[in-house]
Amino acid sequence: MDTKIHFTLNGKPVTYDGNASNRLLDVLRDYYKLTGTKCGCKEGECGACSIIMDGELINSCMVAMGRCEGADIMTIEGFSETERFKVIDKAYGAVSAVQCGYCIPGMVMATEALLRKHPHPTEEEIRDGLSGNLCRCTGYNAIVRAVGIAAKEGNGLW
Amino acid sequence: MATISESVRKRDHLAKLSGTALYVGDYRDDDILVGKMLRSSKAKARVIEVKVPTLPDGYYYVDAKDVPGDNNVNIIKDDTPVFARETVEYIGEPIGMFCGPDKLVVEQLLRDTEVVYEELEPVLDIDTSDVFFFEYEYKKGDIAKAFAEADRVIEETFETGYQEQVYLETQAMMAEVLPDGKVYIHGSMQCPYYIKNAATRALGLPPEKVRIAQDVTGGGFGGKEAWPSILSCQVAVAAVATGKKIRCVFDRREDIEYTSKRHPSKDRYRVAIKDGRVTAMDIDITYNGGAYTTLSAVVLQRGMICANGVYNVPNLLVKGRVAKTNTVPNGAFRGFGAPQTFFTAEMMMTHVAKALGEDPLAFKERHMVVQGDSTSTGGKFHFNVPLPAMIAKVDSMCDYRKKKAAYSEPQTGRYRRGIGMSLFFHGAGFTGSAERDLIKAVVKLKKTADGNVHILASNTDMGQGLRTTFPKIAAHELGLPLERIYYEYPDTDEVPDSGPTVASRSLMNVGELIRRAAVKLKEQWVDGEEQLIEEHYVQPDFLIPFSLDTFSGDAYPTYSWGVVAMEIEADTVSGTTKVLGAYGSYDVGTPMDYNIVLGQMEGGTLQSIGYASMEQMNYDNKGRIRNNAFSDYIIPTAMDVPKMDIDLYVAESYPFGPYGAKGAGELPCVGAPAAYIEAMEQALGNDAMIQHIPFSAEDALKAMRGGQL
Repeated sequence: MDTKIHFTLNGKPVTYDGNASNRLLDVLRDYYKLTGTKCGCKEGECGACSIIMDGELINSCMVAMGRCEGADIMTIEGFSETERFKVIDKAYGAVSAVQCGYCIPGMVMATEALLRKHPHPTEEEIRDGLSGNLCRCTGYNAIVRAVGIAAKEGNGLW
Repeated sequence: MATISESVRKRDHLAKLSGTALYVGDYRDDDILVGKMLRSSKAKARVIEVKVPTLPDGYYYVDAKDVPGDNNVNIIKDDTPVFARETVEYIGEPIGMFCGPDKLVVEQLLRDTEVVYEELEPVLDIDTSDVFFFEYEYKKGDIAKAFAEADRVIEETFETGYQEQVYLETQAMMAEVLPDGKVYIHGSMQCPYYIKNAATRALGLPPEKVRIAQDVTGGGFGGKEAWPSILSCQVAVAAVATGKKIRCVFDRREDIEYTSKRHPSKDRYRVAIKDGRVTAMDIDITYNGGAYTTLSAVVLQRGMICANGVYNVPNLLVKGRVAKTNTVPNGAFRGFGAPQTFFTAEMMMTHVAKALGEDPLAFKERHMVVQGDSTSTGGKFHFNVPLPAMIAKVDSMCDYRKKKAAYSEPQTGRYRRGIGMSLFFHGAGFTGSAERDLIKAVVKLKKTADGNVHILASNTDMGQGLRTTFPKIAAHELGLPLERIYYEYPDTDEVPDSGPTVASRSLMNVGELIRRAAVKLKEQWVDGEEQLIEEHYVQPDFLIPFSLDTFSGDAYPTYSWGVVAMEIEADTVSGTTKVLGAYGSYDVGTPMDYNIVLGQMEGGTLQSIGYASMEQMNYDNKGRIRNNAFSDYIIPTAMDVPKMDIDLYVAESYPFGPYGAKGAGELPCVGAPAAYIEAMEQALGNDAMIQHIPFSAEDALKAMRGGQL
């Protein structure tokens, strides 16, 4: 009997043979050593562990490995290889939207998820799209500005 | 050449954005043991016995018996134990630590451990506490005469609540004993040399046997000023006792509940008024210190010095104390004592104005200090006070005066609006002469043979951007491209002690040392040679010497100024409040990088709004903090203050800071609450008299139903 969990991680098929009740966040960080995904609360409240799972922005601390069977999972490590990331990188850099950086990989994933839904978002749509991700440093203004710039500069990429 | 303020891409931008930056929790070595604290479940008790279960192979328990040196953490008064002594003084106090390879097993060991206590009566209320860690008093003018001659005296008491820092990366630290016997501690921190001093003492080792290095740090806001000294001693003791690498990363609930926060306060004001002017204030301040002193002495000093706000009050009596309670020790949080008293001073002035039938802003404007006036402690405002221009700026940003008048008309609908304005300063740098007498900052510039320059200093970048702004200063002075200037995360084996990263001092004081060292290096520059330049802090000679015994003289060399307006709309049915706009003008002298300073001001302003409104925290009758998770300690999200306009007021230039820079980081955390509450009072109707923060939806509902606030 195949007791392993098969899923796609950053575009590559992988097989996980640990416990199905383990947290995706812990497995990403401890087993796959993908430490770009951060742990801010482990209760699904802060968004630091945001990943994209089957196209949706998900708090990876709230996902048991059993749920990952057949899933397509992208973390910051995979996303940072994309053209879209380069646009987001430039936009965040232009307004110095990164302070302590701990929320930022999650914010980048939230940015990607919201631009997929709204390629030309209003400010309200941007704020709504980031509202599951806590940041204590920036007051969010710079991040909101950065997403707006990314949407404009990446015209056609999303 | 570009101006120093022109923004550059931050040095640490890409590593953080792409997730490759290594925070201490990100090291994935197989031989790191997980450390978890065994914590007191009682607010005050004698620890009779700790029944440790049988430990599996490779698992350890350490406690006070394992501390090789002094079981006291060097902070200011050294009363905080590394691990609990015979008594525990607050719920969550660390008694010992379990370490082992598997976190789940460590957690099981914690559950299987029984601590036998003899419970003692805790003191939880500052009103019933009779242990005062610190008491100070200072006077100015003739308070008795002013009250005797007053035609009116108004008295009020205010309370301010806890505020938790909520750095997104929790407290986290790691320690190991290196092959040469040196104890190496690294992690999330603001002040490597504070930790070095603390660990040296707790481990009973000479300074050269202790090495501290900062890892990428996910926010501090004061919360990583003193607390990491405690955690560092704990992991270092465990590393020495076990010979293993020990890492302790706090869970979020653990971090919220068991680490230091902004001191709750209770502040009584008596104000003498004669001919429509405030002539005297008699102020009595109590801060809840929690169970140990940590940094409370200096937090209280700053709070007391700011207790009359930005106003010229000729006669003052200010008494203050830190009361001990059996609750988690409180400590540093951005603003450091000033947010409490600026709230009370601003509200007091607002309420006096209302009592006299005058517009609060006009009343405040009549009392504001100007250049040359004496400070609360008989020092001097040596430099221009730009408040009038900043008020005009904020007025133009939000049409303040017009809205204030419009919202004063009777409001009858479900939604009622209000607007308020707060005026404040932040004294830049350490209080008094600590910079000269205690810190004695040193920086070095090391030029390599290939012409690159390394800045050697102990100040930490925890998000506020020093890894970018320090090199910008050196590059600007040397006329070199920024790429040739390096500033790495500090390691005490490599860098001199340029002081802690606190008190809005780093850019103003250490930045100026870097600039002066760069001037020297430029003069002495020899191509192809390695050169080392050293620069020491010198106190500017214009200062009136400060005495802590009498609270007299210049407590701060200069001041950063702030004006914030808040416009709100209250829903009379639900009690909820919508922030329609937050408008701020901040003077921090010349910005060392426009985007970085703007980001600091925006972030601090939002923290300050949270302090006034949604960030509620309290403890129950056993002394246990109830709001210990993000689901019940609520910080603002991107949706909460959608309109926040911040103006950097750049006309002022401080001659003793680099290119005119003054202290910046804390200023935006000082002012918003009084503006928010004034706006709330207006929305609730003119009789509303609010005397506490945070002010919740429940409070608003009570007020609208005519209840006691």
